[in-house]
Amino acid sequence: MIYLKLFLEFLKIGAFTFGGGYAAVPLIRETVLSNGWMDDAMLSDMIAVSESTPGPIMVNMATYIGSSQGGLPGAAIATAAVVLPAFLFVLVLMKVMKRAMTNAGFRSAMGTLKPCIAGIILSTGAFMALKNVIGPVQAPVPDIKALILTAFLAVVWFASKKLFKNGISPILLIVIAGAAGIAVRNLF
Amino acid sequence: MLPLIERICVKKKKWITDTEMTDLPAVAESSPGPIAINCATYIGYKQKGIPGALAATFGVIVPSFVIILVISFFIDGFLENKWVAGAFYGIKIAVGILIIDAAIKLFSKLPKNALTISIGTVSFLLMTAVNVFALKISSVALMLLAAAVGLAIWLARRKRAGGEAE
Repeated sequence: MIYLKLFLEFLKIGAFTFGGGYAAVPLIRETVLSNGWMDDAMLSDMIAVSESTPGPIMVNMATYIGSSQGGLPGAAIATAAVVLPAFLFVLVLMKVMKRAMTNAGFRSAMGTLKPCIAGIILSTGAFMALKNVIGPVQAPVPDIKALILTAFLAVVWFASKKLFKNGISPILLIVIAGAAGIAVRNLF
Repeated sequence: MLPLIERICVKKKKWITDTEMTDLPAVAESSPGPIAINCATYIGYKQKGIPGALAATFGVIVPSFVIILVISFFIDGFLENKWVAGAFYGIKIAVGILIIDAAIKLFSKLPKNALTISIGTVSFLLMTAVNVFALKISSVALMLLAAAVGLAIWLARRKRAGGEAE
C-alpha cells in the first residue's frame, strides 16, 4: 500500500530533521534509494527542483516524491506526514516549554544530536558535490566542466559573504548557476 | 527568516509580543522541521490555540505544495528540453554548495568543545562511508546514537552529582 508507506516514511523523515529543513536531504536520499522510488539521476533532479522552488526544501521534496509515487493523494499524504512531527513537537514544546528548555537531559541530548546532524548534512552535501564532478563513485567519469562550474559557484557564494553583510541569496546563486549551466552545456 | 517574522508578526500585525518572539528561536531550534513551519505553528497557537496553529501551518505549506505539485506533473518533458537540462546541470552544482553551506552554518552555531567536534567528525566520516560504499545503515540510527550519548553523559553526571551529595 503505497499511501501507508509514504505516510510512515515521511513521518520518520519529518521527525528527524532537527537543525532545519536541509537535514531532510540525507534522510530523503536514503529513503528514496532504498525503496527504489527514483534512480540517482532522477533523485538529484528532484532535489535541484525542490531547492529552486519557493518554500522549505523539506516540504517541496515530500510533495514531489508523493506526487511521483501516488499522484495528488500521494503528494497530500507525504506533505502532511513530513510536517506532522514538527507541528506536534512545537505544540508540546509550548506546553512544557519552561521545563523542557531547562531540562538538562533534553538539552544534553540536543547538544550531541546537533553536531551529528551537521556532520551528516556536510557529508551528504560533499558527496553530492563530488558526484556532480566525477559521476558514480564506483565508476568515476570526471567532468571537467562540472569541476570548473563547482569552483566558480563556490567562489561566488563564499566570496559574496566576505564582500556583503549577508552574501547573495540562495535563489540568486541558483539563477547564476542556471545561467552558467546553460553557458557551459549549450553555448560552448 | 526571523527578522521578517518579527517585522510582520510582532510590529505590524501584533500577533505575538516581544517576549513571545524571544522564545521563538529556541522553540524552532529544538523542534524538527523547517523554521518557517515551526514559526507558523507557534504564532498560530499563540493567537488562536489549536485551530490557529492548524490554519497557520496549513497556510505556510499550501503555496509550495501547489507549485511543486504542478511542476511534478510536467517535469519529465520539461527536463528533456536541452536548455532546461543545461540550467539544471548548473543548478545541481549550486545545490551541493548550498547543502554544504547549511552544514557549515549549523556547525558555526554549536559550542566548540571536544565532545561536539568529535561527534561531528565521527558522524561525517560514518555518513561518508555509508554514502560512498552504499551501506545499508540509516542516518536515523546515527542520530539516535548521538542523542543517546547526550543522555548517557547527562545520566552519568547526575549520578556523580548525586553520589557526591550523599
